[in-house]
Amino acid sequence: MDTLTKVLYVGKPVVFLLCLVPAATIVAQAFGLAGGLGANPIEAIQDHFGNWGLRFILIALAVTPLRLISGRNWIGRFRRMLGLFAFFYVAMHFLAWLVLDQSMNWQAIIADISERPFITIGFAALVMLSAMAATSTTGMRRRLGRRWQQLHNGVYAVGALGVWHYWWQVKADIREPLVYALVLAALLAYRAWYRLRGRKRAQARAHARAFDSAG
Amino acid sequence: MLIQKPSDIRPSEITSRDNYLNRRRFLEAGIAAGSAFVAGPAFPALLPQRARAALEFGSSEYSTDEPPNSYEEITTYNNYYEFGTDKADPQRNAQDFETRPWTITVDGHAEVTGRFDLDDFVKPHALQERIYRMRCVEAWSMVIPWVGIPLVDLVRHFRPTAAAKYVLFESLHDPERMPGQSSRVLRWPYREALTIAEATNVLPILAVGLYGEVLPNQNGAPLRLVVPWKYGFKGIKGIVRMSFVETQPRTTWEMAAPNEYGFYANVNPGVNHPRWSQAMERRIGSSLFAPKQPTLMWNGYGEQVAQLYEGLDLRRNF
Repeated sequence: MDTLTKVLYVGKPVVFLLCLVPAATIVAQAFGLAGGLGANPIEAIQDHFGNWGLRFILIALAVTPLRLISGRNWIGRFRRMLGLFAFFYVAMHFLAWLVLDQSMNWQAIIADISERPFITIGFAALVMLSAMAATSTTGMRRRLGRRWQQLHNGVYAVGALGVWHYWWQVKADIREPLVYALVLAALLAYRAWYRLRGRKRAQARAHARAFDSAG
Repeated sequence: MLIQKPSDIRPSEITSRDNYLNRRRFLEAGIAAGSAFVAGPAFPALLPQRARAALEFGSSEYSTDEPPNSYEEITTYNNYYEFGTDKADPQRNAQDFETRPWTITVDGHAEVTGRFDLDDFVKPHALQERIYRMRCVEAWSMVIPWVGIPLVDLVRHFRPTAAAKYVLFESLHDPERMPGQSSRVLRWPYREALTIAEATNVLPILAVGLYGEVLPNQNGAPLRLVVPWKYGFKGIKGIVRMSFVETQPRTTWEMAAPNEYGFYANVNPGVNHPRWSQAMERRIGSSLFAPKQPTLMWNGYGEQVAQLYEGLDLRRNF
């Protein structure tokens, strides 16, 4: 089997199933398995999906740096799936809030989104992720051309909003959101460094060409 | 992967609500019979050391008749940062915490001061059960059957002088025994305070028990404060000091975030936390699809406490 076949017929199904494990865990807990959901099941469900949403955003963001560092281009083939799972978990987090926490009380929901900054930024991240999920097909990518990349670069903003959303709702113990913030910062720093290096190389090449033609 | 240590409490050990109510009826009958012969406190507070040992206590007109939360809910979902910041941490990390010997220091502007062994501290008083609503600042609530001593009885016992305007409480500070204190998430020791008028109100108690038994460690054993019209964080746990002071003390959460947590911390659906609404609350134990319920002013204890705050701007003194 060549690499592409392995990715398509082994890698993708395996990763797909692995990505479903956190969803399966919370369903099992809802049925009283794996320790159950505890005294506040709604909070447990919401936090679980929120945590995994944020983790998948960071996992999806790590795909390109991993590909560049390892030089294994097939890694890039998992990017869309991981990004869509990030959207899935964030959407479930939002739905749990909407249906279980707020009981679809629209007045309270609109008040919360407009008056509570940490909910506003979480909602903004969800809207941006939804736009990316909706334009994730190959057809949409072709149709949007350059603008597709511009839109999907927004995933960095989504990561920052997600960490901020989490940071802002903890009472005092910021250790967990801090870990997410550091991972996000490292991923962003790598990208910035890579770009800068690329520009410097291009400059060096341009320089060399100028020198060549002069000689 | 979730690998969980099985709970130390077997389901069979958890008091069922029926048994619990039967026991209460039995004890109440005993009190009625006993009080005909005995003058003074029907049951001087004798605290067995054994965890979950049964206590003897009287009942109170201030108890709510709302159904209490289960023992499991009350003892597995705790904010007690001394034992970790996750709500499941205290139950896991406080099991081996030794609550004896336990000394309480009473100092400041009072005629009676000194260091007291826990038993001497509580012995002069009668234990009462108080079934109270508990509203957390995080917008969830429970109904908890505490057993304790009315704080007013204790305060009177130490005879504060005219200079005593506040009662300050401090928790144990011992990072060896309280692993959460090795993190600087809050400034240790935990400190809480009440005005002298609040402390001599009929409602606050120093709790030593839960569901008729010795208080579990994760709920603040051996001695914790319960102030049912205030947010739960006022209920300081593992108390080792009670000081009668003249100026308003700075309290733990107030120091951590003064714009979010005030000295008074009275339950008030009209004054939101800067980051979330306080208008509604989730009652722990309600069904997954049950909507939240409206939060009551003073957590429903206005009849007993509203007069304490006449003329006070509750928006500024949150």
